[in-house]
Parts: sequence; C-alpha cells; structure tokens
Amino acid sequence: MTDYFDEMLNPDGSYRAAYSDIGQWFSEEDAARLRAKQREAEEVFRLTGITFNVYGQADAEERLIPFDIIPRVISRSEWQKLSRGIEQRVRAINAFLHDIYHRQEIVRAGRLPAEMIAGNEAFLPQMLGVSPPGRVYTHIVGIDLVRTGPDEFYVLEDNARTPSGVSYMLENRETMLKMFPELFSKSRVQRVSDYPTNLRRSLAASAPAMTTGDPTVAVLTPGIYNSAYYEHAFLADQMGVELVEGHDLRVRDGRVCMRTTQGYKAIDVLYRRVDDEFLDPLNFNPDSALGVPGIMDVYRSGGITIANAPGTGIADDKAIYSYMPDIVEFYTGEKAILQNVPTWRCSEPDSLAYVLDNLNELVVKEVHGSGGYGMLIGPAASKKELAAFRAKLKAKPGNYIAQPTLSLSTVPIFAKSGLAPRHVDLRPFVLVSPEGINITPGGLTRVALKKGSLVVNSSQGGGTKDTWVLED
Amino acid sequence: MLGKTAGGLFWMARYLERAENTARLLETGQRMALTRSSGSDDEWVSVLQTAGVLQGYQAKYDEISKDNAIDWLLRDPDNPSSIRSVAKLARDNARLVRTALTYEVWSAVNGGWMSLESALKRRVGERDLPGVIELVRERTTLVRGAILGSMMRCDIYDFLRLGTYIERADNVGRILDVKYFVLLPTAFSVGSSLDNVQWEIILRSVGAGGGYRILHGQKNGPAEIADFLILDERMPRSLSFSTRKLLENLNYLGKDYGTEMPSAKLAADLYGKFSGRDISEIIDQGLHEYIQDVLGELGRLSAQIEVDYRFYE
Repeated sequence: MTDYFDEMLNPDGSYRAAYSDIGQWFSEEDAARLRAKQREAEEVFRLTGITFNVYGQADAEERLIPFDIIPRVISRSEWQKLSRGIEQRVRAINAFLHDIYHRQEIVRAGRLPAEMIAGNEAFLPQMLGVSPPGRVYTHIVGIDLVRTGPDEFYVLEDNARTPSGVSYMLENRETMLKMFPELFSKSRVQRVSDYPTNLRRSLAASAPAMTTGDPTVAVLTPGIYNSAYYEHAFLADQMGVELVEGHDLRVRDGRVCMRTTQGYKAIDVLYRRVDDEFLDPLNFNPDSALGVPGIMDVYRSGGITIANAPGTGIADDKAIYSYMPDIVEFYTGEKAILQNVPTWRCSEPDSLAYVLDNLNELVVKEVHGSGGYGMLIGPAASKKELAAFRAKLKAKPGNYIAQPTLSLSTVPIFAKSGLAPRHVDLRPFVLVSPEGINITPGGLTRVALKKGSLVVNSSQGGGTKDTWVLED
Repeated sequence: MLGKTAGGLFWMARYLERAENTARLLETGQRMALTRSSGSDDEWVSVLQTAGVLQGYQAKYDEISKDNAIDWLLRDPDNPSSIRSVAKLARDNARLVRTALTYEVWSAVNGGWMSLESALKRRVGERDLPGVIELVRERTTLVRGAILGSMMRCDIYDFLRLGTYIERADNVGRILDVKYFVLLPTAFSVGSSLDNVQWEIILRSVGAGGGYRILHGQKNGPAEIADFLILDERMPRSLSFSTRKLLENLNYLGKDYGTEMPSAKLAADLYGKFSGRDISEIIDQGLHEYIQDVLGELGRLSAQIEVDYRFYE
C-alpha cells in the first residue's frame, strides 16, 4: 500500500543488504530490554545536558530531542555518490559567494536575475570586495537531503550560515557505542568521532595570513539561554578552545581580543554561532548585545577569520535555492550530481497560478523561514488552512516558493508495537578550508516520530537517530 | 583562561558551598526547635540572620514562623540564597564554564540540580526536611569528590578553591558575628545549661561537633570553642584554615601566571590575623570587633580577586 521507499525492507519484506545485521540483531532482542535501554539513553542525555530551550519560551523547561535507538544505515557505495555530490555543491556555493561579493559574473551572464541579489535581505553589502583566506566563505556547511528511491536523493535545503546539529551526530553515536557495543562489533561503521579534530584543523587552516604560530581559535555563542548552547559548549570543549560571548570580546589595536585572567588575547579564527545581524552593533543591528562592536572592520582588514563569513545566507536563501542547478553548473562546469527538488517561484505569475491551482498537493515555504515554521503541507492541510494560505500567497507571492510533496523514504523506529516505518531526512556535515573539503561519513538523521508525518524538525515533534555509513 | 570563566568557576564553588552551609543551618534550626532548648522561634531569627537572609524574609513575612523560615531558606525563588536558588545558580555557572569542567564534575552539578529541583518542587514539611537536607549534603559531597578526583590542578582548580574558601570563611565569620556573645567569658555563669545549648548550636552550624569532641573531649568552654572555630588549622572550616587555603591558592596562581597580584598581599595580611595568634589575646581585645574586621577584609579580598583576574569588564 505504501508509496514510500523503505530503507530497511525490500518490497518482498526481506532486509536490504545494509540492514541485514540490524534486522537480525533486533529479531533476537528482548523488547523490554530495549525499552529499558531507550529510557537509559534519555537519562544520559539529560545528565549530560543535551537539552534545548524552545525559542520564545524563556522560562520553559529544557527539553530533550527524542532519540530513537534503531540506527539508520547507509551503504558505502550510496555514501560515495552522495559525498561526491555534496563536495561539488559546497565548492559551487563558495565560488558563488565569492562571485556575488565581487564581480557578480553569474548575474552578468544572465543566469541569475539581479533582483535576486539586490533585493535580498541575506545579501550583505558590507561584504562586497571581501576575500577571506582561501576564498572560503562557508567553513561549516550542512546539506539537508531526502531520499525517495533506491538511487534518488534530493537536496532539500543548503545550510550555509550557522548549521547546527553536529553535536547530536556525535552524541548519538557515543550513546549507541555505550548502550549497544555488540552492534558495532558485528557491523563495521565508519567513524564520526574525528569531527572535532577536523573542525579545529579546518578552522586553524583558515586563519588570516598575518597569523603567526598556532592560530588562536574560539567559539562565539549567544550564551547559556540559546537553544543550541549545549552544542556550542560541546564543540569548544572537544576542540579545546575558549567558548566566548560578545562581552568577553573587544577590539584592541586592530584585533579582536578576548578578556582572559591575564589580560586581553587576540583571536585569529572565530567560529561564531551568532547570526549576521547580531555580529557587530556598529555595522549591523545597533541593539545587539551578542556581538562585538567593530569586528567587521577588523574582519575587512584581515585581522580575523569569521567562520562562517558574514553574508553567506545569500547562498542558502530559499529563493536562491531554485537556481542551484544553474549555480553548480556555472561554477563547476559540470551538471549537478545531487538533484534539486522542483521548485515553483511564486514571484513568477505562471508559477503562482499553478501553485494556487494545486495547493492541496504542494508544500509551500516562506522564502526566509526556517525550522518548519510558516510552512504549508498541502495534502495534510484542512480546507480552512488551505484557504487562509491561498490568501497569504496572493497578498505576498514573492514571499513563497512551492515544491511537490516528496515521498520521503522511511526508516524503522522502535515504537510501542515494535519496528515501525517513519519518514526521515539527513544532514551531513561538511568542513571547508583552504586545504580542502572534508565530509564526515554520516550526519544527522532527523525522523518524524508521528506516524505519517513529514515534518522532521525537532521544534515540531521530530527526533534523531544515529546514522551509519558502512565500511564495506 | 577567560576572565568570565574564572568568575564562573569561583561563583559555582561559592554557591555550592552556600547550599551546603544553608542546609546545615536549617538542620541546626530544626533540631533546636524540636528540642525546645531555646525560646520558641527565636532560633529561626538567628538562623535567618546567620544565613544573611533575615531582611528579605521580613520584607515578605510579618512574623517569624518555623514553616515560613524553612520555606524561605529552602526554596523561595524570592530569596537569592535559598538552596533552590543557589543550586540553580551553581548549575548555570557550571553550564557557563562547561568547557573548563570534567564530565564528572559537570554531571555531578547537573544531576544534583535535577534531583534538588524535583525534591523542592513543593513545600517541604517538617517530616521530609531531614531527607532533603541529607540530599543536599550528599549531592554537594559528590561534587566535591568529583572535583578532587577528576580536575586538573591548574588555574581552573585554584578558582574553584578560592570560591569555596571565601564562602566558607564568610559563613563561619557570620555565625560568629551573630553568636559572638555566647563565647564571651562573662556572658553566662560558666557551665550553665544555657551555655551548653548555645555552644552546641554553634558547633552544629559548622558541622563540627564531632571534630571538637575528638580534640577537646567533653571540655566545653567559650575560649576552646572560639579557638577551635577561629584559629585551629586542623578544623577544615576554621577561619584560619580557610584563609590559609585562600593564600595558598592565590600563591599558586601567582606562580602559574608569573605575577603576584594585590589579592595575594591582602590574603597574606588576613592570614596574619590568625597565624601565631592566641585566642585569649583576641578575646581581650574584643571578639566582636575582631570578627567584623575579618568579615570586612574577606569582602575586600573577594572584590580584589574579581579585579585581579578580570571576572568582569
């Protein structure tokens, strides 16, 4: 009856090769023991503090992102193809960013309308003419992928600003290793644990030319009440670098310096987890208390590397997304290996007409939205919701894009009734430095825990899974 | 290390120490109330006073009552020094300095906060108070053990220690400030039962009844107790002990960083008020003035540490 691609089972009900070990293990396990393990995992997450605060709920209890103990498995060959496609896409994104903040050849060539840039909030004029070391703009990228068939992967979204979730990738694996060591002695799974070391190396390699000796790296967090604070602290801890907030920093003698117990010390590379807008009250939002006054001036004069660079949002904007196949081809000279989801730009009258006619079959997203907010899933919407959204679309068509409802693949979760298929996506994490591109084998699998749901966002009832890429 | 991190470590340790001290005061208060050995609710006044939260209490309640005093000390969010408040503050500071802590220390602080949060969700009745006090004691002891067993002996450790000993010295100083009169030789006729009760209160408030008996047997006397709490360096809560630890840790920092800071000089001066001194001489010169002088110096030392190591802007 299902039209979805089941990653674990063949249509005849037998296990696909990559899942044969997991399937056998599960069939021999006692459900009560697994349930106890699941609870144990949640205890570990709470004690470790892997919790998040929901935005806009300052006093709300800290919440856990539900963790499902059944790993998602990707075969070596599937991964190889994926990683080629990811690398190509990330290369193109960086070339695109350099072009957009310099000569804008892609606009001159007529491959991208000028208004996509000029009228875009994510475009930062302050970045015009800025070339970071190695022309790397996005040092840390997360590419959101969905699967619809044995050999069909689509890019749902690029995350080129400050992608989060990598701590879940790492902690999920740690938790699985602790709870089910026997699984790992059966299956040979590629390691993800090198990520923090690679991140530090990658950031250090992106230090400004003026840096002498071992570069000083720091992570900039908005603070302990930020929803991703755990991840910020985790990454700083794992890299062995300082975790700083705006009020720890100030500009001195043309450098960005942190206040230490022994005086001010210059930072060479700042991995910032603060949005562009809040980065520098002198150059952007003047009310920001999270940033560093004057950091943009230091940045432009080559006194610090900011990772990711300000203004990278222009590359992952949902309006730009529909141009990605062209962008990849324009900068790499090759056809895009990873497919884009067909996208209607509601700003174009013909597209808008089509979208309005077929609203009940489409997914409509706000161009600048994120986290699954402000999104319409046509097939799941009521008549009333559809009518309300139709009115919004007509009022501000340029604010929306629409895509077909994809048949997201399913992976089993450990539900009350046993194994049950649920829809998933995948966010692999990519590191870029002047020395090259590094993709961690695996990534963050987000899973819609509610039966039939296609929304995987943690803010809306999604959970996570450990994601395996097999050695062979 | 970031100045902010040093400050976070210092305050995390202070708040943990405060939670433990407040629990001990609560325990003493309850015991005194139960044995009816002192006048009605007077003992709660001195407990609140010693904890430094009497003013806040009086702003909220018109009368002193056992139940309200317990709630104020234990879990009132309006009291920034209630056990629940300081457990939260300690945990917030631990999150702030997470990168400087081992997993063992972090999870001990976080787990302690989690269990206290759940134990202090509702008002705690008299019957359940001993259990909650025991929980505080257990959890703070776990953190102390984790610090002792898993932390590197570097500047991180020094700042934790500084917080612990500033808070501890301040706590004992305040107990003495409130109760100094019972340690004066002329206060009561020697050996009266009232004396014994008051002396026991003091010893219990610092959790040192057992230690005192080991060293002094049944020989209770105001001078012996004052000597024990102020000058005896075998006693891990005496003012002298805490001050020596402060001086030692500041000296480690000075060595580590290669610079002697003004706070080390202040600590050395403060230690001079204990080292080689004789209790009868201190009592003769005025015990109350002496204690107030020490408390003032402690406050100045704490402020100087903040400045020397750039906790804030």
